[in-house]
Amino acid sequence: MSEAVKPLQPSEATPEKPVSRRVFLLKLGILLNAIAAALFAVPVIGYLASPMRKFAWMSWISLGPLENFPESQTRLATYRNPYTKPWDGMTANIPCWVRREHGDNFRVFAINCTHLGCPVRWFPESELFMCPCHGGVFYSDGERASGPPPRALYQYSHKVENGQLWIKAGQLPTLGEPLA
Amino acid sequence: MSLRQIARDVGAWLDHRLGLSGPIIEAAEHPVPRSSASWWYVFGSAAFAVMVLQFITGLCLATVYAPSADRAWQSLLYLNYDQPLGWFIRAMHGWGSNFMIGLVCIHMAQVFLFGAYKYPRELTWVAGVVLLLATLGMAFTGQVLRFDQDAYWGLGIGAAIAGRTPFIGGRVVKMILGGPIIAGETLSRFFTLHVFVIPGLLIAFVGLHLFLVLRLGINEWPMPGRLVKRDTYLAQYHELVSKDGEPFFPFAAQKDLVFIGLIIAALVVTAAVMGPIGPNGEPDPAIIETVPRPDFFFLWLFSVFALLPPWTETFLMLTGPVAAIGLLFLVPFISGTGEKSYRRRPVSVMILVLSFMTIGILIYLGTYSPWSPHMEAWSSVPTPVDYVSGRTPLELQGAVLIQAKQCRNCHALGGQGGMRGPALDRTATRLTPDQIVRQIVQGGGNMPAYGRNLTPAEVNAIVAFLATMHPAHQPPARLAARPQRPEQTDASP
Ligand code: FES
Repeated sequence: MSEAVKPLQPSEATPEKPVSRRVFLLKLGILLNAIAAALFAVPVIGYLASPMRKFAWMSWISLGPLENFPESQTRLATYRNPYTKPWDGMTANIPCWVRREHGDNFRVFAINCTHLGCPVRWFPESELFMCPCHGGVFYSDGERASGPPPRALYQYSHKVENGQLWIKAGQLPTLGEPLA
Repeated sequence: MSLRQIARDVGAWLDHRLGLSGPIIEAAEHPVPRSSASWWYVFGSAAFAVMVLQFITGLCLATVYAPSADRAWQSLLYLNYDQPLGWFIRAMHGWGSNFMIGLVCIHMAQVFLFGAYKYPRELTWVAGVVLLLATLGMAFTGQVLRFDQDAYWGLGIGAAIAGRTPFIGGRVVKMILGGPIIAGETLSRFFTLHVFVIPGLLIAFVGLHLFLVLRLGINEWPMPGRLVKRDTYLAQYHELVSKDGEPFFPFAAQKDLVFIGLIIAALVVTAAVMGPIGPNGEPDPAIIETVPRPDFFFLWLFSVFALLPPWTETFLMLTGPVAAIGLLFLVPFISGTGEKSYRRRPVSVMILVLSFMTIGILIYLGTYSPWSPHMEAWSSVPTPVDYVSGRTPLELQGAVLIQAKQCRNCHALGGQGGMRGPALDRTATRLTPDQIVRQIVQGGGNMPAYGRNLTPAEVNAIVAFLATMHPAHQPPARLAARPQRPEQTDASP
């Protein structure tokens, strides 16, 4: 077995067939495959791109009773994102800043800096929001004070009902799709 | 029959069917220019070797890692602390990623310096750029799979950049995140990329890259004055390897082997000494006491985003990467022929040095990010004793306010505190009291206006304190328009 053996070669004889029929079959084959590929690709792309579809991600959610939010103060509140899956775990617990000016006059700010989305922190002593990433600063009403952020903090739409503060939440705010 | 005989028989049996021994021997012994069997040519094969290690450690990790947003972080801790040798496999994978990026960059720099991308090896370079991008893609997606606070906010930064796309920004964000927020499907998407899509790309393009290297031959050592011309190069190269060539194996391969051995040993030692990378805090968005930082190799991007002038930002964030990647792809088509030696290509050498210097400086800046406020400085950093001794009660009140109003988060005293704004140690030598008031109340530069948040009395106290901030030998600033005080006039002629 160890002696040199000629490598196996496929047989070279292929029976001749009429050319026109061969070309026709080839074209038919390509056409059928193009159709089949399209039939297959549409659902695959639809599946992968499904998050891009228009969908009512946003809905009203309660941040708790009004007593949690003293007047002229800014408090951190956390809500469970209304659109969530069981395996989202803690990532669906979204924080936000609630400013109660007086009475039922509220402002609810997204946690995300309008520059690149880092979590802004409230400093009650100087009444400023500061961003740990690139030094963006915002005033207590959310207006941009300094640094790279291009606009004021994102604000949730909100309402007061049954002694509770409700916000319309459900998606990460970005410049392309601010909350309200 | 001896074992050796059996092995030889099995080999012959297989070869009779596969017929591969001929091509393999031919490939291993293909002639390479004698000059190319150099220590400069070992980086590509070392990057390949580290990639193979990454595949092996990655496979190991995949047997334990739970790619699910609610469990991923715990499974990483399990790998670090409970799974036997899990810490080592994670360390190998994490440090292997750093090694691979380093080797790929050195390899690319060498190819660029030696003009190896020129005719007829343009496509080899193009495949190499794809491999660079795939390697960086692996690094970024891998950083996401290390699902901790940095991963979470890093995704937030990615989403914020994507959200700046005109018209379709919101949709692009949801496509990347796999939903409206950073959550379970986000991790699953990045897992798919990291484990299936990009590795597939890597294998395909490594195959193409190697095939082209074999087919076109290894670049000869560039000689100044030996120009690449389209109609003569192939014949010249052929003559070179037939006259002065050596078989790749073992002549060039031996140096590759030695270097690969050294690199793998270095990687194993690094992993064993440094241990696994992260994870840091759990990916709970409600924990906002965090200072998100990307991994080492993306620090330079982090710096760029901080330093870009805001009005150019959106435009540059969206077009910059496309332009940079496009330029990389175009390199062999911009200068596909001519001089190969770096001795005769000063512009290329300058481009290379400048790029490495720029990225190096940006990474260095990123490691201490002077533009980020020091969020705990106001409550955790002391006021230097020299600055409070012998001060009046009003001035002391000012010193207290500088802590209490978070000024220290951006302004340092005695070298401690934020670096976002100027240090306050010599403020009085630069600004008159009136100018200090204006700066505090109206803000400007990168400083917010504190007019709404400080009472006039508080401003007074802070200014009184800052007016004392000048060295004993240097007088405080004064308005040039005002006459100097009498005791100072005698100094003038
Ligand atoms: S993310 Fe807030 S300043 Fe950049």
